[in-house]
Amino acid sequence: MALDWTKLGVFVFLAAILQASVFSEVSIVGGTPDLMLVAVVAVSLLRGSIVGASMGFVGGFLFDTATLGTLGFTSLLLTLVGYWAGRYGETTGRDRSHAPFLAVAVITVVYAIGALSLHFMLGDPAPVRHVLIDTLFQDIALNLLVTIPVYGLARRVLRPAERAERIEGVRLLGQ
Amino acid sequence: MPRNRSARVAALASAQGRPPTSASLQSRAATVFRRRLVLGVLVVVSLVLVSVYFRESSGGSLHGVQSGAASVLRPFEVAAQRVARPFRDAAGWIGGLAGARSKNKRLQREVDKLRQEKIQNEELQRENAQLRKLLAYRRSKRFPVDYRGIGVDIIAQPPSQFQQRVVLNAGSNDGIQVHDPVVTADGLVGQVTKVTRNTCQVTLLTDQTSAASARDSKTGASGIVLHDPSSSSLILDQVPKEDVVNRGDVIVTAGWRSGNLASIYPRGIKIGRVRSVSQLDTDSYKRIQLDAFVDFGSLESVLVLVPKARG
Repeated sequence: MALDWTKLGVFVFLAAILQASVFSEVSIVGGTPDLMLVAVVAVSLLRGSIVGASMGFVGGFLFDTATLGTLGFTSLLLTLVGYWAGRYGETTGRDRSHAPFLAVAVITVVYAIGALSLHFMLGDPAPVRHVLIDTLFQDIALNLLVTIPVYGLARRVLRPAERAERIEGVRLLGQ
Repeated sequence: MPRNRSARVAALASAQGRPPTSASLQSRAATVFRRRLVLGVLVVVSLVLVSVYFRESSGGSLHGVQSGAASVLRPFEVAAQRVARPFRDAAGWIGGLAGARSKNKRLQREVDKLRQEKIQNEELQRENAQLRKLLAYRRSKRFPVDYRGIGVDIIAQPPSQFQQRVVLNAGSNDGIQVHDPVVTADGLVGQVTKVTRNTCQVTLLTDQTSAASARDSKTGASGIVLHDPSSSSLILDQVPKEDVVNRGDVIVTAGWRSGNLASIYPRGIKIGRVRSVSQLDTDSYKRIQLDAFVDFGSLESVLVLVPKARG
């Protein structure tokens, strides 16, 4: 159990550091890959909503600290991302091969809209056209590309949760 | 099928012939509660962080915590950047290659355009300087008093070994007539020999048919300026041997008047400087060679002198 949490922590920590120092500067055809988001989705799909939300919070906090952004901003968004991806992984997305890609694609869009809304509420510039029209498709494509190695690594490092650890209600329906 | 999940569980269990146990339902409810509690706590904590951070000053406690944590994370960020640098450089190199060709074409087009603009600017600068010179001459005391000057551009210089003529872009509509003198700020150029409504032809002083009565501005010795085909230079001819002309003297138009007759060129317009003076015993006149002040090979703008009396 402790080893599992350690692995989770290190996985999310590395994702936050790499996103803050390396991937944020990458621009391909106008889009930027979000390694942090993909990592949280991968962890959530493999470990469920509680772990996903917690790791989203921690990862977001680390990212905001590393980039000196508004504390709590990315934490809030990634907490919700982790929870939703975790619920998807616990229910309809369980053991489906397309689940990571579908989750990443949808969450990229929802995350962009959420971030724009939060920025707007905080009084920051919120360039809707640039985020939702000029770069969104490139961001989705890049995140899907990054999903392949990240989810593969997550599966190898964080083996999927045993049946006993899954939600009882789901087990009951499946039997 | 009931929409309530617990009821659905119970319905399915009963359909499968198994009654739902209260323990499993309670466990299920606890899990749901735990899940929502964790989400709620994390969301609330995030919102509190955002609110406090947003409202406090840059020296606040949260900012201090962030600053300290950032210092702890910094070595990891530096290490990550160093590890990623070769890959980033390689990606940049490949990207640079891909864009280099089109960038090269674009820069080449820009260079050509700038080169063209530079040439045009130099041309304009030269023209500007020439026009200023003409204007200054027109306003100076050297300018003939009874004349007004019409600034005109040379629009054609028909190449010819036998004739030295140019075409100007002004004509009778501008008040120009045949025999009007043509000058620049440097000196005498020639005279108008043909006129149309909007253009005119000027025969240069270097033409074999041109001649101008002239005098030494210092000694007063007078003669006629002609073009000598053998030496391709101007000469001052018909200066008596007893008259004094020295090397370096400035030769100007004589501008003589005798009754109703007058020379074409007004008095005092510079023609050239004496380059050499010689004479043989058998000669009737001195042999005087001149260096013209006007550079006939690079004329662009000239002044046509029109008598004020003409109107």
